[in-house]
Amino acid sequence: MRLTLRIWRQQDRDEPGAMRTYEVEDISPDMSFLEMLDTLNEALILQGEEPVAFDHDCREGICGACGMVINGQAHGPERTTACQLHMRHFADGDTIDIEPWRAAAFPVVRDLVVDRSALDRVIGAGGYITAPTGSAPEAHATPVPKPTADDAFTHAECIGCGACVAACPNGSAMLFTSAKVNHLNALPQGAPERGTRVLDMVGQMDAEGFGGCTLAGECATACPKGIPLPSIAAMNREFLRAVR
Amino acid sequence: MSTPYESYATGDPLVDTKAPGGPVAERWDRRRFEAKLVNPANRRKHTVIVVGTGLAGGSAGATLAEQGYHVVQFCYQDSPRRAHSVAAQGGINAAKNYRNDGDSVHRLFYDTVKGGDFRSRESNVHRLAEISTEIIDQCVAQGVPFAREYGGLLDTRSFGGVQVSRTFYARGQTGQQLLLGAYQALSRQIAAGNIEMHPRTEMLDLIVVEGRARGIVARDLVTGRIDTYFADAVVLATGGYGNVFYLSTNAKNSNTSAIWRAHRRGAYFANPCFTQIHPTCIPRSGEHQSKLTLMSESLRNDGRIWVPQRAGDARAPQDIPEDERDYYLERQYPSFGNLVPRDIASRAAKNVCDEGRGVGPGGQGVYLDFADALDRMGRKAVEEKYGNLFEMYARITAEDPYARPMRIYPAIHYTMGGLWVDYDLQTTVPGLFAIGEANFSDHGANRLGASALMQGLADGYFVLPATLSDYLARHPHTGHEDLGPDHPAVHEAVFSVTDRLYALLSNNGDRTPDSFHRELGSLLWDECGMSRNEAGLRKALDRIPELRAEFWRRIKVPGSGEALNQSLEKANRVADHLELAELMCLDALHRTESCGGHFREESRTPDGEAARKDEEFSYAAAWEFTGTGTPPVLHREELTFEYVHPTQRSYT
Amino acid sequence: MATTATTGTTGTTQTAGSPGAGTAAGQQSPGAQQAPTAKQAQRNQRARPPAPPGGGGFLRTLWGSTIGKKVVMAVSGLVMLAYLVAHMLGNLKVFFGPGEMNGYAHWLRTFGEPVLHYEWFLWVVRVVLLAAVVLHGVSAYQLSRRDIAARPVKYQHKRQRTSYATRTMRWGGIILTLFIVWHLLDLTTGTVNPRGQSGHPYENIVAAFRTWYANVIYIVAMLAVGLHIRHGFWSAAQTLGVTKPGTARVLKATSNVLALVLTLGFLSVPLGVMTGVVN
Repeated sequence: MRLTLRIWRQQDRDEPGAMRTYEVEDISPDMSFLEMLDTLNEALILQGEEPVAFDHDCREGICGACGMVINGQAHGPERTTACQLHMRHFADGDTIDIEPWRAAAFPVVRDLVVDRSALDRVIGAGGYITAPTGSAPEAHATPVPKPTADDAFTHAECIGCGACVAACPNGSAMLFTSAKVNHLNALPQGAPERGTRVLDMVGQMDAEGFGGCTLAGECATACPKGIPLPSIAAMNREFLRAVR
Repeated sequence: MSTPYESYATGDPLVDTKAPGGPVAERWDRRRFEAKLVNPANRRKHTVIVVGTGLAGGSAGATLAEQGYHVVQFCYQDSPRRAHSVAAQGGINAAKNYRNDGDSVHRLFYDTVKGGDFRSRESNVHRLAEISTEIIDQCVAQGVPFAREYGGLLDTRSFGGVQVSRTFYARGQTGQQLLLGAYQALSRQIAAGNIEMHPRTEMLDLIVVEGRARGIVARDLVTGRIDTYFADAVVLATGGYGNVFYLSTNAKNSNTSAIWRAHRRGAYFANPCFTQIHPTCIPRSGEHQSKLTLMSESLRNDGRIWVPQRAGDARAPQDIPEDERDYYLERQYPSFGNLVPRDIASRAAKNVCDEGRGVGPGGQGVYLDFADALDRMGRKAVEEKYGNLFEMYARITAEDPYARPMRIYPAIHYTMGGLWVDYDLQTTVPGLFAIGEANFSDHGANRLGASALMQGLADGYFVLPATLSDYLARHPHTGHEDLGPDHPAVHEAVFSVTDRLYALLSNNGDRTPDSFHRELGSLLWDECGMSRNEAGLRKALDRIPELRAEFWRRIKVPGSGEALNQSLEKANRVADHLELAELMCLDALHRTESCGGHFREESRTPDGEAARKDEEFSYAAAWEFTGTGTPPVLHREELTFEYVHPTQRSYT
Repeated sequence: MATTATTGTTGTTQTAGSPGAGTAAGQQSPGAQQAPTAKQAQRNQRARPPAPPGGGGFLRTLWGSTIGKKVVMAVSGLVMLAYLVAHMLGNLKVFFGPGEMNGYAHWLRTFGEPVLHYEWFLWVVRVVLLAAVVLHGVSAYQLSRRDIAARPVKYQHKRQRTSYATRTMRWGGIILTLFIVWHLLDLTTGTVNPRGQSGHPYENIVAAFRTWYANVIYIVAMLAVGLHIRHGFWSAAQTLGVTKPGTARVLKATSNVLALVLTLGFLSVPLGVMTGVVN
């Protein structure tokens, strides 16, 4: 395959960036999207140019490091992460636009790399159960009904890639935050901190400069792990419950 | 010509001075009681550096901070949540005996020592088995959503050919869920100000002052700034070195730099040749392949493995009649069939591919066929059990596994070797500790399925926090005022780091870091991979120094060191792989027995299986660094078995 | 932080790759002690929320968070929606002739007598509505400012996102605000009404809808109302935490029905005048 890539290049946080056009040849349909970028980068290095910087690590779709907006869609046309997107979903001769996640809370670090540490701080504000090591009761002391455990798991699947924020027209982190709130608040172990958790996490989410939810639904469409949109309504309910 | 690398010297034997005596079941209690404690009021004064935020590092950082120590923690990723523990699928073992199926701490201990092919320490393994139950309690309390039964109690499954059902799991994402539990505990401590977290910061050297580990040199990957950090103790939780093979199931950026630099600063490296190969990975699709993806080995429970009988048979699998197929595992191992242990299944696949009977692109693959299972169980049952794996396979290969057999091939996925540590998990450099996959301690020559998560969390949550206090109590905090940039040890460490980065950046050669990494990986895979022999290892030992020299002559790294520069990071890691590879091959050459993941073609039983040589090799080989390319010194730690007596494995 | 001595760690700075880095190793670069790295500065600057939520009472927590403001929007929106339903039903009186219509208008002013004074009921309704409009508008304005600031850079690759109703909430809100002003000047104060006779709503309505511009204004505004309600009602349900799939389905259908019925109900009046059914 032969492709034209238009990629956002930006030296660092403070320099202005721009789209630049590259041609790549001999792309195999079996390559992952990131392997296609590897191919471009190998060529760039040999030309003495700086390769395109992008975050990536496990390349199995679970670490959440990779993320780029491909033709206007977070992680591209398939419902998966960029590392698990294969070139067979593109056609020979295509032009592909590649941009970094865009949100005020995610400043661009370089090229396609953004700073997502705001998400870590949202977790730090309350996305945990206080259980110091060694203090845990016997695991079977508190049975958890299977549907509850399954519901918690559905929300716990979030990989923290930030695609929801990137896809949201308001740069909102509601889906990310609600995934953790609902995971922990569903479980009996999470009950004692149920109220403070949602208030503190929402407070931190707002303080980080994420936008609000207007129910556009783009986040849930982009989520590679399929965190459902009603997750947000469930968090709203937790919030109202805690405020009362 | 200097002394050849192969003519290593043998130094004093190593003795684990921290290992307590007495009955094996009482040793951990005894060690904990004998360990000195640090007064809670004084803990804040002690700074502990933790490098890495995976299961081991994350759990250690959180626990040490809870105890009141001042923790300074590092990870190269943009967030602690991305450490590669996140990718573990299968589960975590624990001797809970919830199934009443005869499991016990002693049985888990026994299985692990035996599974490790008698190359691990009984004391360590018993401690691991004891702690396993506490880990499950801890993780449940943190909100890890383990699979449950309708009664609300935890579900378990049997895994990796063991006869008891002791593996706890969270669908196919156990590693992710356990890691998030540790990450959340860590995040809580970061927000509370007890942990100073440095993401996107990579450790590049260890600072050793007067024989003790006192800090690290690290590079801020965003600004390129080189900083020094000082502490009372340094903990390495930086994972294994499987990426030395280039293609592995490790994350792309997993690397050996932290433990290798520690090795260069005096920490002995034990059993580097003990690497584990996983039989059920998706084969590579071409030269562009950047990493390999593992599929749970539970697939072997219902799938049948075969290749065509005739070499070079290019027909589509459905066109090959039954009597022209070779179900080679069922043929060679009639009693275990497709369920033989990982190493045996892997080697058998390599053998048939070497005979030219491999399938798929490049002939590097064998069929894993579910046709019989689909007939027997029906599509719905197969979907329910393996649906997510089939989906993953279809996504990557664009082939429908329900319609045609999957292709699989073995891949490197875990390294049992690592920094040598004593019972306290302390390396040979006082004050330097190594936990999780970074150390060598618990798995011997082969790791059992679902045991890596168990060891990482045991080390981080329970073992290290208890043993580290002993070290800190015996070395009262004296401040770090003596350590400035002008201190010779600090100066030298910073100099060596900046010098090397400068060399990489200024070389301006004509080869990329990946091209060297790929070449090194394919050399190691051929000569020090699934099966090893003297000629091949000698060939690799000849080639590696040449490749290393070529690397420093021809490497090209564009850009500057003062910004995010991923080529520079990569090149710097490949440089360390090029040194470690040599030690791996030497260790493999010196160990002329076959054991666990290390198969020497010269050491086989009459029927061709791995033959251990207990009289000669019942020891851990700990190597002391003497200089790049110069022969290391071998220190042997003899292994004694009082409870589990060595037997030869047999699966025929 | 690496550069302060109080935390127990101290730092030296060297930048790799700068000319002569090797020889200068170990020397403190001049600015290193005073200036934390950009990353650390960033971290400190954005580390904590301004005030701990939950500390300032119910209303402060509500008004102080994005979710809380959405709740205010949802509740005030529902109040206005309830009014619209009553308003639309009242409008249908127009089809029964001037007597019934004007009588109804008069009744609204005398409702509640003798407990209430003349027009008091109407003023209570007006005050509640005004409060709802102000709260709805102010939260919408503040949230919109926030949302726009949260996504300062647009994607270069344009593609159609989200449904029409979702995307037009903000413009729809502005259109409706302007319409309310016109509507009050037209049929409440009579300022812009061609007839503008107090106490004769039927005649005023007929006079208004005999002009082309009033018809255009009302038709555009009523379509905007429909779209606004269609997304707004459903959105309010989500904000107030409706998650049960069954309830959610019912509410989603309700929002469509409400939008359609209100739009058609309101439009029936100008259409009636235009077609001569009402004169």
